[in-house]
Amino acid sequence: MYFVLVIIPSHYNHCTNRKCLSVCFFLQQRNLEGYVGFANLPNQVYRKSVKRGFEFTLMVVGESGLGKSTLINSLFLTDLYSKDYPGPSQRIKKTVQVEQSKVLIKEGGVQLTLTIVDTPGFGDAVDNSNCWQPVINYIDSKCEDFLNAESRVNRRSMPDNRVHCCLYFIAPSGHGLKPLDIEFMKRLHDKVNVIPLIAKADTLTPEECQLFKKQIMKEIQEHKIKIYEFPDTEDDEDNKLIRKIKEKMPLAVVGSNVVVEVNGKKVRGRQYPWGVAEVENGEHCDFTVLRNMLIRTHMQDLKDVTNNVHYENYRSKKLAAVTCNGVDTTKTKGQLTKSPLAQMEEERREHVMKMKKMEAEMEQVFEMKVKEKKQKLKDSEAELERRHEQMKRNLEAQYKELEEKRRVFEDEKANWEAQQKILEQQKLDASKTMEKNKKKGKIF
Amino acid sequence: MSSSDVARQPNNGVRPLSLAGHVGFDSLPDQLVNKSICQGFCFNILCIGETGIGKSTLMDTLFNTNFENFESSHFEPQVKLRAQTYDLHESNVRLRLTVVNTVGFGDQMNKQESYQPVVDYIDKQFESYLQEELKIKRSLHNYHDSRVHACLYFISPSGHSLKSLDLVTMKKLDSKVNIIPVIAKADTISKSELHKFKIKIMSELVSNGVQIYQFPLDDETVAKVNTTMNGHLPFAVVGSTEEVCIGNKMVKARQYPWGVVQVENENHCDFVKLREMLICVNMEDLREQTHTRHYELYRRCKLEEMGFKDTGPECKPVSLQQTYEAKRQEFLVELQKREDEMRQMFVQRVKEKESELKEAERELQSRFEQLKRLHADEKAALEEKKRLLEDDQSSFSKRRAAAQLLQAQSFTANGKKDKDRKK
Repeated sequence: MYFVLVIIPSHYNHCTNRKCLSVCFFLQQRNLEGYVGFANLPNQVYRKSVKRGFEFTLMVVGESGLGKSTLINSLFLTDLYSKDYPGPSQRIKKTVQVEQSKVLIKEGGVQLTLTIVDTPGFGDAVDNSNCWQPVINYIDSKCEDFLNAESRVNRRSMPDNRVHCCLYFIAPSGHGLKPLDIEFMKRLHDKVNVIPLIAKADTLTPEECQLFKKQIMKEIQEHKIKIYEFPDTEDDEDNKLIRKIKEKMPLAVVGSNVVVEVNGKKVRGRQYPWGVAEVENGEHCDFTVLRNMLIRTHMQDLKDVTNNVHYENYRSKKLAAVTCNGVDTTKTKGQLTKSPLAQMEEERREHVMKMKKMEAEMEQVFEMKVKEKKQKLKDSEAELERRHEQMKRNLEAQYKELEEKRRVFEDEKANWEAQQKILEQQKLDASKTMEKNKKKGKIF
Repeated sequence: MSSSDVARQPNNGVRPLSLAGHVGFDSLPDQLVNKSICQGFCFNILCIGETGIGKSTLMDTLFNTNFENFESSHFEPQVKLRAQTYDLHESNVRLRLTVVNTVGFGDQMNKQESYQPVVDYIDKQFESYLQEELKIKRSLHNYHDSRVHACLYFISPSGHSLKSLDLVTMKKLDSKVNIIPVIAKADTISKSELHKFKIKIMSELVSNGVQIYQFPLDDETVAKVNTTMNGHLPFAVVGSTEEVCIGNKMVKARQYPWGVVQVENENHCDFVKLREMLICVNMEDLREQTHTRHYELYRRCKLEEMGFKDTGPECKPVSLQQTYEAKRQEFLVELQKREDEMRQMFVQRVKEKESELKEAERELQSRFEQLKRLHADEKAALEEKKRLLEDDQSSFSKRRAAAQLLQAQSFTANGKKDKDRKK
């Protein structure tokens, strides 16, 4: 008896803690007999990914003074923005800029190259129409860089600088979204994962916050804005948590660079005369939810959605534009499922067939015309022959006639000449007799 | 705190920062692993070896299961490949395993083309991946990767050296797939013979420039074991799915009159080493090598063959879109040229035929003229004759008329004479 491993796919529980990734046998008594070893694959993947290191690009967008830099610092527990590296609100220029800063952070043996992209000047001008354009251009240019790197013949490392997530900061008015908010999210929701956040949430009471969130979600649905959605997992427990998070969207956050002491504990928070708003207190704001979701559980998924959905959208649009130049759009649907090279190959084949057909047609026409012409020639040749024959016959007839005439004439002449001869002879005889008679004296 | 000697440049320079607490991104590898587990893994093994050398048995033994195996005959006219896919499950890991076996390898009299079907199969898998990658609307994350990740080459346990077929085949494959040579049916070789055999094989491979797969040494956790194992290559394996009772355990083994060869006994053969290296430790590396080395090489060659380059004529970098566009333009121009050429050819032919026919017409015309002239001549001759006849006729009638007149005259003269006489 040996251990059969073929299994019909079914629900399974997976151990997420790699330390307990031991191999579970179905029949415990058989040491090594049931063992193959590919259960170690996840470990191998883990090792390789740690060795490679990770990258993540996070974009923060919002008007100045909404606490973006503070939130980033709080999220990553580091002074990404500091006096030497001021946040976007301190760097406003005349037009909206899109700027990035890269930092390298390590934790538990894992290296993360974090790129923070911010947009100083966004929404701060008097006329903010098109202030999203530099942002869109930036995102597209990163996708284009990746596309070019991916399309090279010699591909080596392909650094991934695409924007994986965009945190959009909504001002805590308490009423609803502003037109700029709606416009921005509408334009970017199919280019990047958009996560809307209510900034400076410590200016809203819980009830106000609830109403505000409801209002915002209503408006988001009305305008058909697709914000980042948490994927369902196979685990029911996880799904419960996810549903809870979904109910809290958009997340209301508070950030702080300052550590204060509350009940003997040192916490990050904002010290007010009336109390301390704690950043990491779930009852005060949704900061922990954001951090857990963004960093601890869904960072990889954000990257995957960017790669599999947003980037692929960009790529297919870009390539369709290039390769379907001048081809009418009714044909392009079917062509999108082929690679451009295969498409060219097919076009070539089609063209060859078309040419063959054309050639055959032209050949046919040619042959027909030649036949016609030849036939004509034959006809006139035949005609010529016929006429020639006719004329010959005609001439021959005339000849015969002439010959006949000649013969008749000759006969007649001969006859007459014969006659004349006889007459002559008679005359001669007569004159001879007369002479004789004369001589004889008969003539007086 | 950040190192402030790095000048603030918005677009380059990565600053290392230290964290003031636990952020939590150390779960990133776990997130990645979880996703992989959810998706499932896939692995494709190609087994090349002569008929009856033990490929299927070894696969069964390695994966502890009974794959559907067909015993092949020795009379296959050509080498064929048979691929079978299975869904395996160990602990919480799902593996989609594809085992590709050669059928009839080494059986033909003329083995010159034996390697070709294998190379074609491997290339075909690369090609279909490349096509998917190049599509406009593609779904790479759903794509079932059929590229061959590992190739087990089964060496006949002759004890002497590699066969020339082995060398030729491995040389053709070493740049396309990770080759792991194994000595099959190792229970026919004694330990000392085996040692010499292994050395001979490795030296032959080196002297012929065959690149076999080396277990990677870049990861410290496994570098040590990999280095040791690299020294044991090629692995001498024995496969068996039958179990024999040894002591109080049932073990996979082969029972001989003179003893029992235990498959999982490291003293008896290298099976455990192979299993550990191939599956336990380096499976992911084999997949990675296939993707980053062998596939990239194939892709590069294929694209270069089609005329794609990374730099344009002025050595400026050219994007794929530009190349596509340029290619497309070239292509359309070529098609147009072909069409024009064909038209030209036809015009030419028409011209030629026309002149031919015209020539024929002219000929006909001249014949016609000639005949006409002939006729005219004959007619003229006829006319001449007619005229002659008429002349003769007229002169004859004149003569006749004159004679008649004379006769009439003489008649009347005679009559007078007679009259006179009578008087």
